[in-house]
Amino acid sequence: MNTEPDIKKEKEENLRKWEVSRRQMLKMMGGTAAASMAVAWLPNDLRDDQPQDELVPSEALKDADSERRLRQWMMIIDQRFCDGCQSQGTAPQCTEACNFGHFVPEPMQWIEVYEHEMHHDEGEVEALRASTAPPAEGSSFMPTPCMQCQNPPCVNVCPVGATWTTPEGITLIDQNRCIGCRMCMAACPYERRSFTWGEPPTHPATEFIEHSVEHQLPMKKGVVYKCDFCPEMARAGRLPFCASGCPNNAIYYGDLEEDIATNGDQVVRISEFLTANSAYRHKEELGTRPRVYYIEGHGELVGRDPRNHGLAPVRWVDDENEHTDHWERSVE
Amino acid sequence: MTYSTESLQRHTIEAMQRFSRTYVIAFAILLTLVIIGAAAWIYQIREGLIVTGMRDRITWGLYITLFVFFIGASMGGTFVSAALRLADMGWRAPISRGAEYITVAALLTASLFIFADMGRPERALNIMLFGRWESPLVWDVYGLTTYLAGSMVYLYLAVLPDLALVRDAIGEKLDPVRRLFVVMFSASWTGHPRQERALHISLQVMTVVIVPVAVMMHTVTSWIFGMTLREPWDSPMFGIYFVVGAVYSGVGLIAVFMFVMRKLNRLEAYITDRHFQNMGTLLAGSGGVMVFFQISDLVTAGFKLKTGAAFNLYQLADGAMSPIFWTYIWLGLIVPLALMLNPWTRTVLGVLIAAVLANVGMMLERYFIVIGGLRVPLNPYEPPNYAPTVTELLIVLGLCSFFVLVIMIMMKLAPAISVQEMLETGELETVEKELSTAEGAAS
Repeated sequence: MNTEPDIKKEKEENLRKWEVSRRQMLKMMGGTAAASMAVAWLPNDLRDDQPQDELVPSEALKDADSERRLRQWMMIIDQRFCDGCQSQGTAPQCTEACNFGHFVPEPMQWIEVYEHEMHHDEGEVEALRASTAPPAEGSSFMPTPCMQCQNPPCVNVCPVGATWTTPEGITLIDQNRCIGCRMCMAACPYERRSFTWGEPPTHPATEFIEHSVEHQLPMKKGVVYKCDFCPEMARAGRLPFCASGCPNNAIYYGDLEEDIATNGDQVVRISEFLTANSAYRHKEELGTRPRVYYIEGHGELVGRDPRNHGLAPVRWVDDENEHTDHWERSVE
Repeated sequence: MTYSTESLQRHTIEAMQRFSRTYVIAFAILLTLVIIGAAAWIYQIREGLIVTGMRDRITWGLYITLFVFFIGASMGGTFVSAALRLADMGWRAPISRGAEYITVAALLTASLFIFADMGRPERALNIMLFGRWESPLVWDVYGLTTYLAGSMVYLYLAVLPDLALVRDAIGEKLDPVRRLFVVMFSASWTGHPRQERALHISLQVMTVVIVPVAVMMHTVTSWIFGMTLREPWDSPMFGIYFVVGAVYSGVGLIAVFMFVMRKLNRLEAYITDRHFQNMGTLLAGSGGVMVFFQISDLVTAGFKLKTGAAFNLYQLADGAMSPIFWTYIWLGLIVPLALMLNPWTRTVLGVLIAAVLANVGMMLERYFIVIGGLRVPLNPYEPPNYAPTVTELLIVLGLCSFFVLVIMIMMKLAPAISVQEMLETGELETVEKELSTAEGAAS
């Protein structure tokens, strides 16, 4: 009978214990506000929010042991030399060389060549046609490997850490850890990731290879793959498949740390080469800081007519015509 | 007063014991669908996701769409049972039990949809082993497990006195499985004042905890999309946009559930037209906010017409997504809102129609957000298309049946209306008064 008032009393006592006066509350709130404002007014020198400059090697890296120098792999794609292999009469040789070298299963393309219309706008085309500045219309080709972003959206969203950026600046995937959620594919603003939707065809040559994140073989079902920038080839002192496969030498591969890149034909100083040719990075405004640079063009330096549209369809490894392909000739 | 308490107990307990023909047939059909779905899922695991309509460009399809939808459904349950408890609204009492069932069942189903979508479901534990706190998906997984655990505790606390009621009333007469369940989970509840006080405090605490957890859960779900750089998704508004959509479809789902349960269990005396009218008001409110967010989203994107956003708007207005988009706008937003804002159509039937339309509409909206967002090309190529395959549809159908089945099983484990809450809120008296005035008017 008399339990009711007891409960009420107890409750009130409990409440009183936790009571905070208005004055105390205001003090606490004021203190928090003052603290947060003090941080905001700190001089800029005390805060480290300066963006890193990609092209200047950092002091820390310069002082590192020169024998164990940390490479910073990068790529330059000179679109002035890229005619989408129209002059060869074949599909883009960078893509095919990559497909054959990495045993990329159909229909993946780790380096895919896209054809951009240079002027979308009808009115713009008319205006340019009237002027003398060539070209008034047409397309350009853009070979797109993985951009190897230094602020990689794919790495940021991966729930299990199956994709990460190595100290050499290459983003790799561990297919033994990947859970196949495809969040990275949704996050990649360049669409450079592919999924093995079914059981991928295993080439006989890859069957007994031990799996490594650097060559991603043998392929598995239900996980994500992408261009790995050929770190094993680089370590062996060779160019990636796409660079050596390009008949026009449009793809340079190099080291930002040493400031040198090569297309297999000539060696360039990266900083000078990029500045002199006003290089750009794909979707720079997104802040992903890619390691792949482009020099704008439409194959004009290998004599391509920009009005000549179209790419030949890409081929992949299959058992019948494995050794009858053009890319081998161009690598020799 | 005493008479109606007894009759309520009798009614709800009778409903628990009765396995009507409709119930048995529905149960059998749903179980068959679940088994077919499970078979389709095994086939999908063996062959890989190649058996779905998803490919490299459109990498998420119906599974993720329905995952988002079911998270939304759970949100409605929490809104009705916990948020209305916080606001001290008595009329929630006869609905809250069903709302809590929907929350738990919808969260279970949503988590299964994640598994269905994974390329490597057997590696799901990697999220716990190697989880990176930076990833929105990890927030989602931990949010979902927290929310599921929290809503189960909340449901259990609310159902505890009623389980004891069943144990005391018909404990001996129940079949052995349910007897074991009821005896085990009623946990020596006697209704002693100390027990009641402990329960009351725990329920208060859980109510305060579960509402922000629910809001957090849906915000985090929207961030799976909002944290990417894709044009229609890359919007700071996504969190609240998804939460409001979730409340809208969730409230609708509860109204549908109320209607079916009232019919099946003959509980017309306790779930009255007034309850439906109140649900209609909630539908109108959340639908109105949804319209506001829809307009904000379309107008801010449509004014600037950035490349990706422009593509998205054109595909919604008269492109590949237009049938879905306009069905959603008219049947999913405008018609339900018109029905619910007009007092003449805010009847039981009107609320049912509006609730079904709101749910269909929100499912379509989730579809064009997920697939429409992935359809926006990021490189120069022909925009890809997506169509679910038969396997995909069977799995989806199986999981939706699983959702209903879980609710149907829970319906037979405890009283469908919380007797405890009806007494505590005084709702029983209100209902009783309503009945007697109606009878008086009739005679």
